[in-house]
Amino acid sequence: MLLLALDTATPAVTVALHDGTDVIASSSQVDARRHGELLLPAVDRVLADAGLKLDAVTGIVVGIGPGPYTGLRVGLMTADTFGLALGVPVHGLCTLDGLAYAADVDEGPFVVATDARRKEVYWATYADSRTRLTDPAVDRPAEIAERVAGLPAVGAGALLYPETFPRAYEPEHVSAAALAGLAAERLAAGEELPAPRPLYLRRPDAQVPKNYKVVTPK
Amino acid sequence: MADTRDEPLVLGIETSCDETGVGIVRGTTLLADAVASSVDEHARFGGVVPEVASRAHLEAMVPTIERALKDAGVSAKDLDGISVTAGPGLAGALLVGVTAAKAYAYALGKPLYGVNHLASHICVDQLEHGPLPEPTMALLVSGGHSSLLLSTDITSDVRPLGATIDDAAGEAFDKIARVLNLGFPGGPVIDRYAKEGDPKAIAFPRGLTGPRDSAYDFSFSGLKTSVARWIEAKRAAGEDVPVRDVSASFQEAVVDVLTRKAVRACKDEGVDHLMIGGGVAANSRLRALAQERCEAAGIRLRVPRPKLCTDNGAMVAALGAEMVARGRAPSDWDLSADSSLPVTEPHVPGHSHDHDHVHEVSKENLYS
Ligand SMILES: [Zn+2]
Repeated sequence: MLLLALDTATPAVTVALHDGTDVIASSSQVDARRHGELLLPAVDRVLADAGLKLDAVTGIVVGIGPGPYTGLRVGLMTADTFGLALGVPVHGLCTLDGLAYAADVDEGPFVVATDARRKEVYWATYADSRTRLTDPAVDRPAEIAERVAGLPAVGAGALLYPETFPRAYEPEHVSAAALAGLAAERLAAGEELPAPRPLYLRRPDAQVPKNYKVVTPK
Repeated sequence: MADTRDEPLVLGIETSCDETGVGIVRGTTLLADAVASSVDEHARFGGVVPEVASRAHLEAMVPTIERALKDAGVSAKDLDGISVTAGPGLAGALLVGVTAAKAYAYALGKPLYGVNHLASHICVDQLEHGPLPEPTMALLVSGGHSSLLLSTDITSDVRPLGATIDDAAGEAFDKIARVLNLGFPGGPVIDRYAKEGDPKAIAFPRGLTGPRDSAYDFSFSGLKTSVARWIEAKRAAGEDVPVRDVSASFQEAVVDVLTRKAVRACKDEGVDHLMIGGGVAANSRLRALAQERCEAAGIRLRVPRPKLCTDNGAMVAALGAEMVARGRAPSDWDLSADSSLPVTEPHVPGHSHDHDHVHEVSKENLYS
């Protein structure tokens, strides 16, 4: 088994190769505006580090968000297209689950929160690093303060809003290494992973024009 | 003629606006032109919503690539290159196509060519009428652009002579259709109503046609305002709006200016070929009037069939094949989408490559 994992749902552009037992190569760069430029060279580098070629990969794992859409789509589109070209399965995993796994918490509950911009966070609560309790959601920190009160939290969304998350810890961003580890565990347990489809959680911004713009001065 | 199997087999991807296009060509021969459009999802907004378009591209990409390969009856491993619209266009929408093209080219071990959307609109005519004459004068008119371009080599030399200073021609069609409550997109429906109307019924203004105005630039904003005002005056007076006459008169004003300036540019530059591309080139009155005026001026008109004029992947593949044929340098793996890629850059060569005519099927070191 050789899994190629990628995630672009947070400011991190992160890639890892996992042989079913261990991560054998990985790369993480934080640059929220350059997912499109950085991802493929990172894949190339990780493969070179492992001394492997892309056609050795037996499965793809991709973070499906939630995350800012433009970056999120880079990972998903890359994974989809690799899957098509290589003829290997493409699995999705919730990016927040990857962060929870990386946080390595045996006893929760705790919160994972990432930056959703527009003063909001993407978040979910977990019983432990492998068990999510709530569906991923997007909210203003103040609006969820009661529900997360007293809980420790990880992720950039928690670190950004200390009033809501006074007990905020690293990791700040997801790593593909964690995503790959989680996927390998779940696949080994015979679990089916989610389809590689984006979790946008918000409807697209679109203004319906009122009527046509009246140009005759009144 | 050389055996066409020696000509480059290229798959092209286009996502600059609301069409997910994947085309496959061999040299100047069209093999497949698969398009998935999200236009219906935009119709209720009266215009293309960028985020809606980007989401649709992600969903449609893989099925559209598969359909193109099936239609062309070729195997991905036989491709000589992958080309993709690197710009100009909607940033988020472009990024989906560029990402797919890079991943596909990398996984297949093929060279990648990020190409210019406008140059592709010109190059697509090779699939219809054979190799482009050099030089070629091109009038590109669509919802996103209205330009007069002169090209001596579509892979390396595209010179802008003029462009719209405000709205694109297609945008004006959309806006007038909205004022007339005819829906979106406006071009086809106005064309239809205009056929039953009188183009001389209302004298709408011809923008930038005064003696001191720029000879090759266009302006459709004043026309749009004038038409809207005329309609509102009718409505305010409680009269019916003659939709057919308004459509015909408005359309006439647009195509009169477009063809007049294009023919003049050909004469001024001594070019005996005019190609018209872009979505508005599907307009029947534009085609007819251009034909009439070109004939009178001794200019040969080349207009591809309507399906090749609107955004599609075949045009991107056509330009990609030309890049391969002329040995242009491939793009790098960090190619980015450039929403304002200048028309003077027909493609985006990699930094590490020589810009000269070295045919590099590099990247092979990345994949056996
Ligand atoms: Zn176009």
